[in-house]
Amino acid sequence: MSSTELNTAQTTRNWFKSGDPWIWLIGGGLAVSLIMVIGLLTLIAVRGFGHFWPAALIETTVSVDGETRPILGTIVDSETLPAARMREAGLNIPEDQVLATRYLFELGNRDVTGRDFVWFLANDLGEWQYPEDAMMLERREWGNFFGFPVELEYEGRTIRHTMGQGEDLWSTLQRAIERANDLYDEVQRIEKVEIGRINSGLERLRLQQRRLEFDGVTGTPLAEAEAEMAARRAELDAQFIEIQAERNQVLEQLERDTLVARTADGETVRIPLGNIVMASQNNALGMGGKIAFYGKRVHGFLTGFPREANTEGGIFPAIFGTVTMVLIMSVLVTPFGVLAAIYLREYAKQGPILKVIRVSVYNLAGVPSIVFGVFGLGFFVYLLGGSIDNLFFPERLPAPTFGTPGLFWASLTLALLTLPVVIVSTEEGLARIPRTIREGSLALGATKWETLWKVVVPLSAPAMMTGLILAVARAAGEVAPLMLVGVVKLAPSLPVDGEFPYLHLERKIMHLGFHIYDVGFQSPNVEAARPLVYATALTLVLLILILNLTAIAIRNRLREKYRAESD
Amino acid sequence: MDDTVMNDSNENSASSIAPGIFGDNRQTLDIENERVRIDVRNLDLYYGNDQALKDVNLKIADNRVTAFIGPSGCGKSTLLRCFNRMNDLIDSCRIDGEIMIDGQNIYDRGVDVAEHRRRVGMVFQKPNPFPKSIFENVAYGLRLQGVNDKRKLSEVVERALRAAALWDEVKDRLDDNAFGLSGGQQQRLVIARAIAIEPEVILLDEPCSALDPISTAKVEELIAELKNDYTIVIVTHNMQQAARVSDFTAYMYMGELIEFDDTARLFTNPSQKATEDYITGRYG
Repeated sequence: MSSTELNTAQTTRNWFKSGDPWIWLIGGGLAVSLIMVIGLLTLIAVRGFGHFWPAALIETTVSVDGETRPILGTIVDSETLPAARMREAGLNIPEDQVLATRYLFELGNRDVTGRDFVWFLANDLGEWQYPEDAMMLERREWGNFFGFPVELEYEGRTIRHTMGQGEDLWSTLQRAIERANDLYDEVQRIEKVEIGRINSGLERLRLQQRRLEFDGVTGTPLAEAEAEMAARRAELDAQFIEIQAERNQVLEQLERDTLVARTADGETVRIPLGNIVMASQNNALGMGGKIAFYGKRVHGFLTGFPREANTEGGIFPAIFGTVTMVLIMSVLVTPFGVLAAIYLREYAKQGPILKVIRVSVYNLAGVPSIVFGVFGLGFFVYLLGGSIDNLFFPERLPAPTFGTPGLFWASLTLALLTLPVVIVSTEEGLARIPRTIREGSLALGATKWETLWKVVVPLSAPAMMTGLILAVARAAGEVAPLMLVGVVKLAPSLPVDGEFPYLHLERKIMHLGFHIYDVGFQSPNVEAARPLVYATALTLVLLILILNLTAIAIRNRLREKYRAESD
Repeated sequence: MDDTVMNDSNENSASSIAPGIFGDNRQTLDIENERVRIDVRNLDLYYGNDQALKDVNLKIADNRVTAFIGPSGCGKSTLLRCFNRMNDLIDSCRIDGEIMIDGQNIYDRGVDVAEHRRRVGMVFQKPNPFPKSIFENVAYGLRLQGVNDKRKLSEVVERALRAAALWDEVKDRLDDNAFGLSGGQQQRLVIARAIAIEPEVILLDEPCSALDPISTAKVEELIAELKNDYTIVIVTHNMQQAARVSDFTAYMYMGELIEFDDTARLFTNPSQKATEDYITGRYG
């Protein structure tokens, strides 16, 4: 063996001894994890929030089966495939071509053409143009509209679109849409709040009557009560007629203006402005305009209500439902988990029985979540909820109040699901409190309970927060059990509103996780829904992040307070 | 070991252990002439099957400082913790014998442990302030007793902090977290906390072992002050400290009380050879 070889062997051995390879190994492991996380988030972010960017409106022609027609739309997707495969699929592609590209166009105009997403071969397409006056309308019904403005019927007069004076029509249109949106919101408000109030008033009267029948009230008291109820009913009816008149008036105002537009193939369409959410001439927008439009659409997505079987509009009810449910879950799980942990750690006699209990609790964390859903449905909803209905709401039967899936049962099921996490963290926190601190308190004449309550529990608060953070992270992302115990595709109303008792625990809610599943897999319009799946997923991730960061901030403040003992 | 060596050590011990500590005018005390506060009779203590204290008989004099010395694991801390029933917290611990305080055996069934601990305060080896403000740390014991009157609390807190020689250092930041204090300050705070509820006896379990020399000196001064109002029992590893602060000293070894006497006499003229070996450093 030459001395060089010997040296090399020596160097290699030293290199291993120094620990460097292992540092590279663990560093590599961390890097791979980071890349995976960042890649995942980037994919979701790009696919999801890219959707709201105003894409270029392309006007071109397409020749299919010898027939050429003009189209206008945006490119959603594209792919390049071997031409042979496409030929097999029956597409007409020249023999000398190896690769063929095709584009997925969003053409909109579902009311006119029936299909709003179409694949076109690049070969079939004519020259691409980006007309400045091409516009995209986001509508309340029938999805997007792509076309050109022709004229605007505004305040009884007609503003024609001419290239020279095009600005005039466009700015008036924007103003008119703004006005129409305000009126639309007003109609929504009247229907949801005012008429909702009257409806719930009438419902209460009906229940009151049923309750009288249940209680077997007869004679004069019944007559008196009925007279009073009749009076109130008449009052409500009168109010209803008034409000309805008001609503009809607003509706009439809403239907005043109409936009006449032309599609790419020359068909004329009349679109009432009440049906338009947003209008934009994407090709004419500068960077600032695009950003403003993007912000407006993201804002609409986050704060709006879903439309068109969840494939359009916003996800606000889902965000709201998720947050409400997680908060109620936290309120439920924290006291239960903390008390259980305190008993297990501090009071229970340590022995084989406790060991079994502890192992069972820990294993509860490994039970598949759908099992909790089944339990929640069987025990909470049907048994507990049914009993509550029988006891407290007999007049509403057979329509269930709590005997049906709802917010409270969803929260309770999740609380049960996350209970082990909180118990384990709290127990660990309690075990970490130094004995000397407890002894210090006991030596001053405190009882065990006083010591726990005044010293030990405050000191282990950061550990409890850790448990809660883990619980929130798990609960917010859970979907399977929720489908059984309270989450629905479309909830008619939010769980919190102005009607007494303000927080309606019995209502069904929407949830981001379930919304993703519903939009992605149960949607009638897959192409329209796909970007929303990513956008909703990103929202869910961000929401969990925000919830967690809040909890972590609280925990860090607690830690700071009890610094010396927790580190 | 022959006689010469023994004589040597006898002469050396006073100078080597505590040079100049025992002044000429220091009176030699005799436990028989003292008012007895705690009387330990035939105390045996077991952890499971291990016997940690073997037939200990001991009297603690009122308003005096009694020190327990001895090698690690000799049972001195265990004995100290018996006085306020801290050993109750250990499941496997079993006790035979009696500890009489004011004619009452503290291990009797009817004794209210929390009430008893109010009378026998304790300061631990490592400073253990609560995660609260300085004020609330000292007020803790009083609040437990239901005292919530702000003025009364302020008064007691100030008195306790003054008594613990801490008032001047913390009077401007009573609402700050106690963890912000230095180790020595924390230990004095803990002492203030103990004396705020005016116990009769204060137990100190190696109170200076986690402190620097300056803090140690302050705590020792404090002990000398407190002696006027309280009966103090201190466990220490530091024989100079025992010699400096205590009136009586007990030397323990392997769970047995080997020798108990006036401190000066025990250090200068121990009656047991084991004691002498230990204090002259010949132990082990």
